[in-house]
Amino acid sequence: MTTSQTETLDHGPAGGDLPEGKDASRTGRIGDRVFRLASSGSGVLLLAIMAAIAVFLVIQALPALRANTAPFLTEKIWNPNAVPPRFGIAALAFGTVVSSLIALVIATPVAVAVALFISHYAPRRLAATLGYVVDLLAAVPSVVYGLWGAVFLVPLIMDPASWLNRNLAFLPIFNGQPVSSGKSIFTASVVLAIMILPIIAAISREVFLQVPKANEEAALALGATRWEMVRMAVLPFGRPGVISASMLGLGRALGETIAVALIVSASFEIDWNVMMPGGNSIAANIANTFQEAGATGRGALIASGLVLFVITLVVNMAARAVIARRKEYARAGA
Amino acid sequence: MAKRIEISGLDAFYGRTRAIADISMAVEPRQVTAFIGPSGCGKSTLLRTLNRMHELTPGGTVEGKVMLDGTDLYGAQVDPVAVRRTIGMVFQRPNPFPTMSIYDNVAAGLRLLGRTRRSQLDDVVERSLTGANLWNEVKDRLDKPGAGLSGGQQQRLCIARAIAVQPQVLLMDEPCSALDPISTLAIEDLIATLKESYTIVIVTHNMQQAARVSDVTAFFTITDAGEPGRLVEMDDTNKIFTNPSEKGTEDYITGRFG
Ligand SMILES: Nc1ncnc2c1ncn2[C@@H]1O[C@H](COP(=O)(O)OP(=O)(O)OP(=O)(O)O)[C@@H](O)[C@H]1O
Ligand SMILES: [Mg+2]
Repeated sequence: MTTSQTETLDHGPAGGDLPEGKDASRTGRIGDRVFRLASSGSGVLLLAIMAAIAVFLVIQALPALRANTAPFLTEKIWNPNAVPPRFGIAALAFGTVVSSLIALVIATPVAVAVALFISHYAPRRLAATLGYVVDLLAAVPSVVYGLWGAVFLVPLIMDPASWLNRNLAFLPIFNGQPVSSGKSIFTASVVLAIMILPIIAAISREVFLQVPKANEEAALALGATRWEMVRMAVLPFGRPGVISASMLGLGRALGETIAVALIVSASFEIDWNVMMPGGNSIAANIANTFQEAGATGRGALIASGLVLFVITLVVNMAARAVIARRKEYARAGA
Repeated sequence: MAKRIEISGLDAFYGRTRAIADISMAVEPRQVTAFIGPSGCGKSTLLRTLNRMHELTPGGTVEGKVMLDGTDLYGAQVDPVAVRRTIGMVFQRPNPFPTMSIYDNVAAGLRLLGRTRRSQLDDVVERSLTGANLWNEVKDRLDKPGAGLSGGQQQRLCIARAIAVQPQVLLMDEPCSALDPISTLAIEDLIATLKESYTIVIVTHNMQQAARVSDVTAFFTITDAGEPGRLVEMDDTNKIFTNPSEKGTEDYITGRFG
């Protein structure tokens, strides 16, 4: 599945002794050149814009970071408007990463199952309808999920949450008695999971549909049941795609602002017990406090945004590394 | 382990279209039976009814009987998955599993059968690759991807994968059509060895190949587009190629078809 651009593509006829042919081949070459210029130009422009934004953010963040009296990376408290300002990213980053990871752990298996059902199990009509619904769900704005979570899920989550607490209390994250509000990181995670599930499912379905028929038939002809065929041919082939899809979902969860802001009751603590009310995320904190922030506060929020940027970058690079480890096999595609 | 196949009154459909009609024939064990005939006459369809792959095509249905040494493959209590385990298949285009190593490709069928002891797998992998005439070329890179081999090697890998589970019948649908003459010869030699232990059915468009490798040849044809394909005659390969009973067969093999 590697597409490399060949520079010497010649669309004109080989001989070129017909005047028409010559013309056609020349416009073809000019077209190539224009296209190459346009595409490399936009590539460079994109990089330049990104660099400019990064520089701008760093410049904006620097004064606040200089005025900060706490170690930015390890401090939990977020109090940039105090005199002297004290703020740090630790609690926010913790909330961001933990809520997104829990969301990913919940969403990925369900999404893969949904995608497999649509691509390999459901009858054609049902598959088409379901695929359409999944695509539709992927397009629902996050604020809708956030509202639904705040109004419907927060009260409802008490039961499953106390079940988890009763049965999985040996895990630190489920160790606290869920308190009556349900405005916890865990609730946010569930909403995030529901939010990213359709994207992961939609992309995974596309990937599963790409599995060469020949490979599926090879498995079936060996006497594989349908599930064995899925395990032998479909899942291994789709693995890199599913990882990419999950990373896209994780990226969306990490950056999700409004859904988290609507659900958690903002706090600045690192509490492994995600059932307790409280929690926060970088993006939600920006949304919640940007309006009232002074100059230092804004700089501090921008600094937190940079951290979020770095987290997403690291996640994406990790995903790429995982995918690249199996490159040797990936190119075997169709 | 080679078994006899007896087909009687077999029809195969794609939805409502009948692709082959009223096929009756016997495929003898330890022989190579070749299916020849013009494109679209239903050779692949017939082949795929023999291991119940046909019904996996949407709309694919079958009427009639296929007996494998006395058991009706389409009997009510027969599990199609079990049928496919006893009747191996090699496809027109080499289709090794792209995500698996050479070793894992050959071991895939055994793992399905629940045989996972490494020493046992090692033995079978070596035996099957040797049987498929590929062992010497790949023995130093068993852990490399199967898709990294040449087309001819990939096809022999697919043959190794098919014979690793020791099927009773081996079905091959134009196994050499994507290969160069040298790889083709290698596979033809291989077929000659394999027929000592298996019942082999091969579909081919290559008359010389049919003449070289097969003991018995069946000629199919189709009268009109939209009509189902039918068996015209089946006889010793020598007879078919030197003195066929039917005019249609003679026209086809001498290239005067249609
Ligand atoms: N998946 C399918 N759906 C519908 N019709 C099909 C399908 N596959 C084959 N057919 C039809 O069934 C008939 C027999 O096809 P088949 O592939 O068995 O022919 P063949 O003899 O193998 O041809 P070739 O020599 O070109 O491989 C053809 O008319 C074909 O159009
Ligand atoms: Mg065919």
